[in-house]
Amino acid sequence: MTKVHVTTTVNGEEVEFLADPRETLLDCLRDKLDMTGAKEGCGTGDCGACSVTVDGTLVCSCLVLGVEAQGKKVETVEGIADGEELHPLQRKFIEHAALQCGICTPGFLVAAKNLLEKNPDPTETEIRYWLAGNLCRCTGYDKIIRAVQDAAAEMRGAA
Amino acid sequence: MPKDELKSEYKLVGTRPDRPDGLDKVTGRARYGADFSMPGMLFAAVVRSPHAHAKILKIDASKALALEGVKAVVTRADFPDGLTGEDWNLQENTIANDTALYDGHAVAAVAATSALLARDAAKLIEVEYQVLPHVTDVDEAFAPGAPAVRPGSADHSVSSREVDLPDNVRHNVVREIEFGHGDVEAGFAEADLVREGTYKTEATHQGYIEPHACVGQMGADGRGEMWVCTQGQWFIRKFCAAVLGIEASGLRVTASEIGGGFGGKTTIFMEPLALALSRKAGGRPVKLVMTRSEVLRATGPTASASMDVKIGMKKDGTLTAARAVFRMQGGAFPGSPVDLALTCAFASYKLPNVEHIGYDILANRPKCAAYRAPGAPMGAFAVESLIDEMARELGLDPLDVRLKNAVAEGDKSSYGPTYNRIGLVEVLEATKAHPNLSVPLGPNQGRGVATGFWFNHGGETSVSVSVTEDGTATVSIGTPDIGGLRASIALMVAETFGIGYDDVRVNVVETGALGFNEPSHGSRATFASGKAAVTSAQSCIKQMCQRAADKWGIDAEAVEWVDGAAQPAGPNAGKFPPMTMKEIAETMGATGGPISGHNETTMDGVGASFGTHVVDVEVDPETGRTTILRYLVVQDAGKAVHPSYVEGQYQGGAVQGIGWALNEEYVYGKDGRLQNPIFLDYRVPVASDLPMIDTVIVEVPNPGHPYGVRGVGETGITPPLPAVANAIADAVGVRMKHLPMNPPKVLAAIKAKANG
Amino acid sequence: MVEVNLWSGLRRFTDGELVVTVEASTIGEMLDALKAAHPGLAPVIDAGVSVAVDGEVIAANYALPVRPDSEVYLMQKLKGG
Repeated sequence: MTKVHVTTTVNGEEVEFLADPRETLLDCLRDKLDMTGAKEGCGTGDCGACSVTVDGTLVCSCLVLGVEAQGKKVETVEGIADGEELHPLQRKFIEHAALQCGICTPGFLVAAKNLLEKNPDPTETEIRYWLAGNLCRCTGYDKIIRAVQDAAAEMRGAA
Repeated sequence: MPKDELKSEYKLVGTRPDRPDGLDKVTGRARYGADFSMPGMLFAAVVRSPHAHAKILKIDASKALALEGVKAVVTRADFPDGLTGEDWNLQENTIANDTALYDGHAVAAVAATSALLARDAAKLIEVEYQVLPHVTDVDEAFAPGAPAVRPGSADHSVSSREVDLPDNVRHNVVREIEFGHGDVEAGFAEADLVREGTYKTEATHQGYIEPHACVGQMGADGRGEMWVCTQGQWFIRKFCAAVLGIEASGLRVTASEIGGGFGGKTTIFMEPLALALSRKAGGRPVKLVMTRSEVLRATGPTASASMDVKIGMKKDGTLTAARAVFRMQGGAFPGSPVDLALTCAFASYKLPNVEHIGYDILANRPKCAAYRAPGAPMGAFAVESLIDEMARELGLDPLDVRLKNAVAEGDKSSYGPTYNRIGLVEVLEATKAHPNLSVPLGPNQGRGVATGFWFNHGGETSVSVSVTEDGTATVSIGTPDIGGLRASIALMVAETFGIGYDDVRVNVVETGALGFNEPSHGSRATFASGKAAVTSAQSCIKQMCQRAADKWGIDAEAVEWVDGAAQPAGPNAGKFPPMTMKEIAETMGATGGPISGHNETTMDGVGASFGTHVVDVEVDPETGRTTILRYLVVQDAGKAVHPSYVEGQYQGGAVQGIGWALNEEYVYGKDGRLQNPIFLDYRVPVASDLPMIDTVIVEVPNPGHPYGVRGVGETGITPPLPAVANAIADAVGVRMKHLPMNPPKVLAAIKAKANG
Repeated sequence: MVEVNLWSGLRRFTDGELVVTVEASTIGEMLDALKAAHPGLAPVIDAGVSVAVDGEVIAANYALPVRPDSEVYLMQKLKGG
């Protein structure tokens, strides 16, 4: 099948690749751009391990075609830290032991960052519902929720 | 080490530092199974049977092979004949011979230059089937006249029970088990209350978020490499070598970071296919990544169970006798964990009279794999539900009944041997004292308790520790880090050396770098790799003391190791300033050479772990939906090396159990096909389903470990199934005996109670 | 001599005995002696068993000593998740 030339911006950098029209954005990030931070846990938009933002909207990159990224701004887990400086969410995830195996962590970080940009002071219930599309099989979510709460507090300057 | 030598206070063990692999895992840099690629790599796809049971008449791959970019196709014909026992089971499960045994059973595999092309090519491989009668339900497979899953496959020479089944039942029964002690009939006669019940649990999947993935490379010489997400790289090597008929030493296996396993990644599923394809494609590396539906259809699940339990109890709650008859199917192969389920079933209780009978049954389902305390949650569901029901009938507090019968050091276990130091009584007392027990409950709310047990496992272990030239320590372990293991090992090694936590680097190494290691399974990684690492560090310390003694011209016996340095042991040894690990390391090349210690053993000293859970639920009488209001896990860790990751094990185990109790199940259609092979329909608990999970770490040190460690990984999934059932009974008065307790089933039970 | 407690299903191989006595100083010797004295046990032992010595369950370590006063139980093979 003829491949399509795609130009897009990932984590602030302009990139281009050739995509088979059937390939997902997740496939393109991982296989064309060697950005393997986003993970495929299900391929059906149920687990959130592939979460990225496209023009600021949180999406499962397994449900977006690579060709749809044309001209968009994509943000992934690889772009969360500012150089050597970790984002408060990243620090708090480590501090609170909010990851065991870590496969779901990139998706949780992208989703939680998106939440805190929209709502800097979410309740526990709001966090739980926002993150309900991200599956974690190791932690039972307790420490993830606490890490997000703590990061939010720090970002508000309340910690 | 005698237990009075176990210290309760350490400098590092018991603290909560950041995990060493944390940075890689929050930045997306950590490389998991599917993240590895090699130059010239091909991509594979697998053709799977759409039938639960079918004769394979013909496989025609000519159209696939005609596609530009398709490099190889393999079928069973590419694998050696003549395997026996579990090796044959593994080979047959990897790729079907002449019969597909379950929906999803691999039939052929193809390698091509892109993942899309491989998938297209797989669709072009034509397989002609003759559909055979099938059976998927455990009770139906055990019923007289059930379709035979694998006629003639049962080997009753190893059955440990007198044959007491008619032939047309026996053909799906591959093993019969019987053990116990005392006189159960006399015990029931002594009881004031005798009750029995039949309980059923459905198969669930481990549900790790990372699908199985590997890159395999093998040449015509039978030598190769594999990069794979696994709980045990040596098991991958051993099983792949057996299935492919090559020498184990010919294969070098590197474990990637692992995205969850829970027992499901202790064995092989598709790894030999990647190697066989690579060999056939001239040695080009082949990447094989499963889809989620392949994971659910063809890997992992646990057994489904049908269980009869009978218990005798006196008015004061004392147990007099118990009998369990468990039937479990573990797919189309022997190996359901019915033996372990029985062994754990009554392990929490002093029982003078107990009988266990078990049947391992074949059905047209995928080969079951270990899942966190294999078998124990099912047995606990049956036993702890019935004990709860009887305690309520006698007006006794369910926790008091458990305390009255709880086993302690010196008691004979239900499975035979006498217990060493265990912490069940301490766990139950800590549970009783917890504030969650005094929270008032409202209408349609209920509280359930249950207790659980897991043995824990030592296993074959090899570890090496070397003194690094800058005075730090490098540790090589062979058990993948599935939940903070590097941190725990670094804490114990640093504590032993008397150096900083950051001065220890822990690497999970490949099969060429150490002797054999069993996987991170059986709750053994922190216990066994930790104990071997401490022994190895102690060997390094001994050598460092010798180097100091040589330099000072005194006997090595006159040197002791204190806080990361060698020093003279007392004034008679001479007056020398302490020589630090850094000083010794910097000159070690000139004082005798590199210093390292290693330990290889089948680890002894394992200590069992008991836990008690308390759950409060609210049941909506209109819909039957159960909401978890609060949840408490109390468990004996022996010693929590890194308490955050111990709590994490408790919380994660509890939530997997909640999923099993309330929602998760394999749903098979009449056609024998799995109806819910995606996460949308196989629904695991999500964040909005749950409250915080409260934990209490009880520490009754294990005398068999230098820091008192017991395993903690598995016990936590054992109590939730009955705890939630008991809470639902307390809330709305219905006794649910068939998992999952989903809204339609609970609603039907509520309606039946109202009408009856 | 070591007393070995069998699980009850094995009685059919030992003329109904649940506790059998064999000459052995290690687990390996004990298993060999059991097979020699009661050949019907051989397939069961070869298929894999665990042994509990003084309360500790050992999956496989034939070199481990057993003493005359050791409490020894033969058990179904244990495996973990």
